[in-house]
Amino acid sequence: MTSKTWQKPLLAVLLAFAIIFPMVAANDYYIYVMSLAYIMAIAAVGLNLILGYTGQLNLAHAGFMAIGAYTVGVLTVDYGVPYWIAFVLAGALSAVVGFFAGLLSLRLKGHFFSIFTLCVGFIIYLIIEKWDALTHGTVGIIDIPAPSGLGPIRFDNTWSQYYLVLFFLVLSLWFMSRIVHSLLGRAFIAIRNGEDLAETLGINLMRTKVLAFVLSTFYAGMAGALYAGFVRFIGPAMALESHTFDMIAFILVGGIGTLFGPLLGAILLTWLTQSLQFLQDFRMIVFGPLLILLIMYFPQGLIGYWRQRQARRAAASVQDRRLQRSVLASQQEVRSNA
Amino acid sequence: MLEIQGLTKRFGGLTAVRDVTTSFERNRINAIIGPNGAGKTTFFNLVSGYHKPTAGRILFDGQDVTGLRPDQVAKLGVARTFQSTNLFDQATVLDNLIVGHRLRTTSTFWDVVFNTQRLRADEHRCRAKAEEVLDFVGLSSVAHHLAADISQEERKRVAFALALATDPKIVLLDEPAGGVNPEETLGLAELIRKMIRTGLTVCLIEHKMDMIMSLADKIVVLDHGEMIAEGPPAQIRSDQRVIEAYLGADYAAA
Repeated sequence: MTSKTWQKPLLAVLLAFAIIFPMVAANDYYIYVMSLAYIMAIAAVGLNLILGYTGQLNLAHAGFMAIGAYTVGVLTVDYGVPYWIAFVLAGALSAVVGFFAGLLSLRLKGHFFSIFTLCVGFIIYLIIEKWDALTHGTVGIIDIPAPSGLGPIRFDNTWSQYYLVLFFLVLSLWFMSRIVHSLLGRAFIAIRNGEDLAETLGINLMRTKVLAFVLSTFYAGMAGALYAGFVRFIGPAMALESHTFDMIAFILVGGIGTLFGPLLGAILLTWLTQSLQFLQDFRMIVFGPLLILLIMYFPQGLIGYWRQRQARRAAASVQDRRLQRSVLASQQEVRSNA
Repeated sequence: MLEIQGLTKRFGGLTAVRDVTTSFERNRINAIIGPNGAGKTTFFNLVSGYHKPTAGRILFDGQDVTGLRPDQVAKLGVARTFQSTNLFDQATVLDNLIVGHRLRTTSTFWDVVFNTQRLRADEHRCRAKAEEVLDFVGLSSVAHHLAADISQEERKRVAFALALATDPKIVLLDEPAGGVNPEETLGLAELIRKMIRTGLTVCLIEHKMDMIMSLADKIVVLDHGEMIAEGPPAQIRSDQRVIEAYLGADYAAA
């Protein structure tokens, strides 16, 4: 049994569970929390492309999510642009800003890149906070309209919005799967393993890294746009680096450089945070040690750990089969000689 | 095939390579030797495009490649290995090699978006190439092992295979036999000869003198960034300056 044969049924079961979740959830609040976890997961899946697959720690990711959210907020509230047009523009604008930010910041390597992007994120935060005329400054934008209906489907309650978000989550994961399993994805991974070696293999470092960066900011922008239409209130604080660190925590817990790691991390940590609400600020006392234990014993994250076991088992079974074959062959040889 | 003219590299006040002029002939094994810090790896870095030379020219197949980026040099057919190779330990050996042929394919991001015929053909080609070079270096049996689980010598062979997957004309090997035992060193030397038989040109840096003396057609000796001698092994072995700078009196007598 290889890991691929039962991967599809497993995914189908998970998807079925996601679809019936609203029907079995105790109340609308649970559906709301789950939808938020999905939105954060979409952003984290994007961050995982540049961090987990390409090996570049971009600390401005929350800033790009804010750009997406504010594009929707400003366009729909102040300019009366329909939600879905604003939605498309949100992804596009995040990607365009991401292109120029990437072109500049990816000239730096390693820690220098991360520090630079920390500044990029803070600049995005400052622009949002100070540019009152455009962004409503510290007040934030309130009363953002919910996504307008598409044909007969309305998105005016928590249920329908849950399915809308789920649809985009599945789309994001499907597209990400296509990217990371392609030759392009292999080029990203080669850069993560070693930039010098990747370049020797003829990979244009700058172009490939900028592409990964732009794609990841596009994901951030889409997640931000969904967030704006779902929460319907946005403030400049969403651009702060602390939100990027939340997403990094999702990725580390679930599995860095794995397709479903960011999703698993986002769901686990969101529910953990929710269930520890009663502890208020003391929840960090539970949260911190838990995270440390996880990093100590599962440095690849939960899915990373599981996948490594699978891979080792698959390698072992191939070896076993080869061994059996050679034993059989030698037996036959002995027999024919006799 | 590879001509070096007056190649110089200065890092601030330090001259790592000083005015080196030499040439490497097609389908030969060329070796670069010299004490630590002689500028051997810097020389490789200059040829493969990691450093821009301070002065001098590099001609590959008659074409001026001075100052090109590493990926451009690679596309022209210059491959290299490093002293240590970082593999993706969680993937199989074969998986690690597939990207090696990426530079000979043409599919772009949009092919990925639309999952085109071209992308699938390219991926098929890369996989076939990976299997071919793995077979060439004699590692087909570990194709499906995790990269984390293979031995140091197998790692060296995987590095060779990655370089070969780029369809190179010349391969630069940086200490290919570093950290492997004498028996395995013989095996790697045989692999280098096999590369020559398929029409490749090899240029290697190595400290194992027995291997170099029996393998190389031509040896270039660097010391403090300067070329102090070049020629066939027999000539190098008896060169007074080389003996003083590197080999030592014992080796010359032997």
